[in-house]
Amino acid sequence: MTTSIFLQYCLAGISIGSIYALIAIGYTMVYGILRLINFAHGDIFMMAAYFMIFAMVDHMIPWQISMVLMILATIALGVVIEKVAYKPLRTAPRMSIMISAIGVSYLLQNLATYLFSALPKQYPSIPVLNQTIWLGDVSTSIATFITPIITIAFVILLMLLIRYTKVGMAMRAVSKDFETARLMGIKINTVISVTFAIGCFLAAVGSMLYFTPRPSVFPLAGSLPGLKCFVAAVFGGIGSIPGAVLGGFVIGLSETFIKAAGYSEFSDVFTFILLIAVLMVKPTGLFGEKLMEKV
Amino acid sequence: MSAKKKNICTIIALIALGVFLVIVEQTTTESSMMRSVLQLSAIYALAAVSMNLLNGFTGLFSLGHAGFMAIGAYVFAIITIPVSKKGNVYYLYGVNDILANVELQPVLALIIAGVVAAALAALIGAPVLRLKSDYFAIATLGFAEIVRIVVASSPLNTITNGSLGLKSIPGFGSFYFPFIVVVVCIAIIILLINSTYGRAFKAIREDEIAAEAMGINLASHKQMSFITSSFFAGISGALMAMYLGAITSTTFPITLTYNILLIVVIGGMGSVTGSIVAAFLVTFAKEWWLRFLDQEMIIGTFQVPFLRTGFRMVVFSIILMLVVLFWRKGLMGQKEFSWDGLVRTLKKIGGIFTGKNRKPSASEGGGASE
Repeated sequence: MTTSIFLQYCLAGISIGSIYALIAIGYTMVYGILRLINFAHGDIFMMAAYFMIFAMVDHMIPWQISMVLMILATIALGVVIEKVAYKPLRTAPRMSIMISAIGVSYLLQNLATYLFSALPKQYPSIPVLNQTIWLGDVSTSIATFITPIITIAFVILLMLLIRYTKVGMAMRAVSKDFETARLMGIKINTVISVTFAIGCFLAAVGSMLYFTPRPSVFPLAGSLPGLKCFVAAVFGGIGSIPGAVLGGFVIGLSETFIKAAGYSEFSDVFTFILLIAVLMVKPTGLFGEKLMEKV
Repeated sequence: MSAKKKNICTIIALIALGVFLVIVEQTTTESSMMRSVLQLSAIYALAAVSMNLLNGFTGLFSLGHAGFMAIGAYVFAIITIPVSKKGNVYYLYGVNDILANVELQPVLALIIAGVVAAALAALIGAPVLRLKSDYFAIATLGFAEIVRIVVASSPLNTITNGSLGLKSIPGFGSFYFPFIVVVVCIAIIILLINSTYGRAFKAIREDEIAAEAMGINLASHKQMSFITSSFFAGISGALMAMYLGAITSTTFPITLTYNILLIVVIGGMGSVTGSIVAAFLVTFAKEWWLRFLDQEMIIGTFQVPFLRTGFRMVVFSIILMLVVLFWRKGLMGQKEFSWDGLVRTLKKIGGIFTGKNRKPSASEGGGASE
């Protein structure tokens, strides 16, 4: 393997890893606050891709406007899902709310099949993102190159938001202790909605960057990336944003190199073995906080 | 109702079901909808009851069911495909030497399929069962995906035929075969649930710490529940392979687990009879009664809106969501079917129609029999 090929793989791995990181943040934030694995997150990511197709291909809206519309629609979808499917179950046992999340995921997949048909659709190409550029002797598309930059920018913004704004403080309080935060006068429902909105915003951006270099979108396209991103979130320690980012990069890079080594069949197996291994050795992940079991 | 009367009712009901099956067998043709949907429902009933043993009775939320069904189906297929047809099935990769002359009886093969699934469950159970609720769910889900990828991978080409899948799997032979297997398996599960082990499972579901304080060995009981559930999942997977005649790794996607979960939730988490009833209801509705939702329909000049391919599944997922959100107990909750409960429900329903007994309790609606 020459240096330039190695660099090429590194770049591809970092690029896909940063998309995983964007989605993993959505999982980790929701889990931090609601203690819920949002099984529907991967499908929200898939729906975002269909929104883009709907706007750009079916209605010929220019990509800049389509992108904004797509992001708004995705955020609306996520917030509505939270209000309809998760909010009524806030006091229910955790199993019920998890089943509800699975139900939403099932519904979104079937809805996508119904609305957009099960046949793969081509993702519209955004000319700016598809240009090829040369970095030294490594060629790559703009999408691959700017993905990590966008991701890191958003992560820094998000960290600042969580550390220095009032909403961010409320989020931290809610994830620490739901009941006490409520007693302190924090409007829980607003905080949860904001969390879902941020998660869905990042999923929408991730979706655009993920599908641009890939050929097609189909209704189940979100479920496997969704699971991988959940693994990334668990790896980094669920509830921790830097952890999710690190997890995303680790999974993206290792996946790319496993594929490069000729074992592409097993790249997903590796991801799930990593999950089980992490859960065995350090269930709280790399940066996760230790949770005490209350009797 | 006295105990004797109840027993008579139960026997009559069972005989009626048996007679019903005989009538179906006699009056319908080999390829009729009724037959195949009944068989499929029975298979789903076994899958749902085995999932309920774990999710509903032991409180371990597993999402790996499709994985164990896949193992059962593949093991069954590998050891039962007739030797004469092996060349045809493995035409691309050739068949592994060890398997070239293997052809077992279906009943023996069913048991082996279950045992292999159970053995794998025992292997992964030890580490995975240490995990708490949702981590356990995601780990089992991951396991199911691993199974699916591994059976379709190239190193196993001569055994599982890689991504081409297996075909020429022997069918049921007799129409009654799947029903007999399912009844025997569910009877074993019911016996297990009513034993001291079953009570220990329920104690673990209600409160792990209290159960441990009462002297229940958490690890070994969870392990037992997981292995038993996987054993029967393997058998239901094998039955599925017999039913379909051909399988690939995509026959057992995560969606299959979700489908079974839907049956368990609609029937009531922690009710065997609920799961059985729901399996038949859901399968009949999905495969037969609601088929019309997938076809465009024109009445006169009016085209009924929404009806086109895929609408059926949307309706289904909406029903699941409604059950989850508003009717969390499902059909039966944690209760089992009983004649007293049926009589009470019938009276309640009768009361609604005749206008009598219209107490607030009538607003419960539904057929939650006890």
